[in-house]
Amino acid sequence: MSGGSDSSLDSLQPLGTLELEPVESIPLGAKQRREWVQTISDAWRLRRTKVGSLVFLALFAIALFGRFVAPYEPTEFVAPPFSLPSSVAWLGTDFLGRDVLTRVLYGGLSVFVLGIAATVIGIVLGVSLGLVSGYARRWVDESIMRVLDVVLAFPSIVLAMLFVSILGPRLWLIVLMVGISHMPRIARVTRAATVELVARDFVKAAAAVGVPRRRILLYEVLPNISSPLLVEFGLRLTYSIIMIAALSFIGFGMQPPSADWGLMINENRIAITVQPWAVLAPVILIGALTVSTNLMADGLARAMMGIDRDTAVT
Amino acid sequence: MPPLLKLILIRLGLGLLTLFLVTVVVFIATQALPGDAARSILGKDSTDVARYEALRKELGLDRPVVEQYTSWLGSVVRGDFGNSLVGGGAKVTELLRSRVINSATLVFLAAVISIPISIVIGSLSAIWRDSKFDNIVNIGNLSLAALPEFVIGIVLVLVFATAVFNWLPSVSSVDSMSPLSGQMTLFVLPVVTLVLAVIPYVSRMLRASTVEVLESEYVMMARMKGLSESRVLWHHALPNAIVPTIQVIAINIAWLAGGIVTVEYLFGFPGIGSALVDSVANRDMPVVQALCVLIAAVYVVLNLLADILTILISPRLRTGLR
Repeated sequence: MSGGSDSSLDSLQPLGTLELEPVESIPLGAKQRREWVQTISDAWRLRRTKVGSLVFLALFAIALFGRFVAPYEPTEFVAPPFSLPSSVAWLGTDFLGRDVLTRVLYGGLSVFVLGIAATVIGIVLGVSLGLVSGYARRWVDESIMRVLDVVLAFPSIVLAMLFVSILGPRLWLIVLMVGISHMPRIARVTRAATVELVARDFVKAAAAVGVPRRRILLYEVLPNISSPLLVEFGLRLTYSIIMIAALSFIGFGMQPPSADWGLMINENRIAITVQPWAVLAPVILIGALTVSTNLMADGLARAMMGIDRDTAVT
Repeated sequence: MPPLLKLILIRLGLGLLTLFLVTVVVFIATQALPGDAARSILGKDSTDVARYEALRKELGLDRPVVEQYTSWLGSVVRGDFGNSLVGGGAKVTELLRSRVINSATLVFLAAVISIPISIVIGSLSAIWRDSKFDNIVNIGNLSLAALPEFVIGIVLVLVFATAVFNWLPSVSSVDSMSPLSGQMTLFVLPVVTLVLAVIPYVSRMLRASTVEVLESEYVMMARMKGLSESRVLWHHALPNAIVPTIQVIAINIAWLAGGIVTVEYLFGFPGIGSALVDSVANRDMPVVQALCVLIAAVYVVLNLLADILTILISPRLRTGLR
């Protein structure tokens, strides 16, 4: 992590002392492009990646297409409140007498869309700051890292609530704050990888022939950190979904009467003893979703680090 | 100045800087953004301009932002967060005292229970690497780490407080008048939820660092000297494996301060987490400010302590080498 001057950049240095990298460690154009593809195909060999992806895709399909097979409208009253499962409502009804199955089928899309949006925002902000920080160094680096330390001091949910307190529970605000709360960790990962890459000969060569900084960062550095970023995306997606669902659960995310898994848990938990399905169905779906994204992220992380010894068991 | 002292002073300075910036963020978020406290006291539909202006003046919202910030920071440094905007306007510090104690007890219990369990699980799965135990722990940790705390909590409520066993109270309304020791059953489910949420992080970290230590040259050396395996573990490997875990433990305790928001809300536990949910819903800005500064300060202080502890106990840093 320590900075320090780079002696091999000194123009007066005698040629003999220049340390050259072994040729095979220099990424060639073709390898650069395929690095993340390689990580995915390595990850796919692990059972946990397959299980995670299949569950994720199944849940995504439910969230996306479930509404077309739902028996009722999400705001339609079909039976008395908290009715137990019957032939009218397969999973019973909620606190207002709406069909739980219908609301479960409608209520996943918001979790996916908001979760993915927050992750993308976090990645874009974090990667930009990390690249700049790792390439610029000195005071730019220091100040970016200090500001990120401040963001890190607030737990994500507290950060979101802090801004909700005055601006109100708006969806764009929730998504933005969850994205911002991912920023420090993504920036640190990007920065660490960038610092390492910038010291490499192929980046120095590009700088030496006068390639502008922005091009170096986007075309030389970024493709080479695609694998760690892919892993980071998986991890952050899990946390985004947790945060978005938690915020809906405590009443600052999706607002009634929308159908949303997090909100459903909160609305129906008063009658958990009477009609547990109204709570259990969204709880199981959220749990399965976050576990599946975490399994995928772990598969990618293992593939990137080259850990594959427990493929046989898991 | 000795390099060790200098290193610690630098960390202290950075910690203070972060704390200062935290107060700036909290202030901007609650007082400098559009939509102010006066409007939230009067309600959205109020059209009484004169009363609105008078209230703004009373709350000091008509002054320049920088002036508002410095006078606010001055009070905060003296431990004064002003008066609550709802419920008769009691002093914020008075309102929050018992809640801070409740939450601190909750976090303390969760930490005291989860850390030894994590250390045992983490080191055992490192020692029995790639065994059946290790693999079960790995998948278990991966799943637990992914589950939101409120999902874990609801499953616990379903199993232990309602449908299946009905042993424990599902709502933890602690009576602040009587001593906490008599109400321990109310703590069980919230504490277990938090313990289950913390274990994966600490035990995974401890596993990784134990694996690294077990493969190190000095452990090999200790084995070659003919020391018993248990002595190698307890005297050479584990003490060194715990050093990098200190940071993770500190971050996790601080993270508990955020995790308690959903858990306290779920169980109706009267702590700072549920207070934050209520105050945000009621737009009770002084309470929001106090709680956000408090939670962020806990994180900064714990991180600082972990940093200093790491500096003090790792020999390489102690000798001033970076």
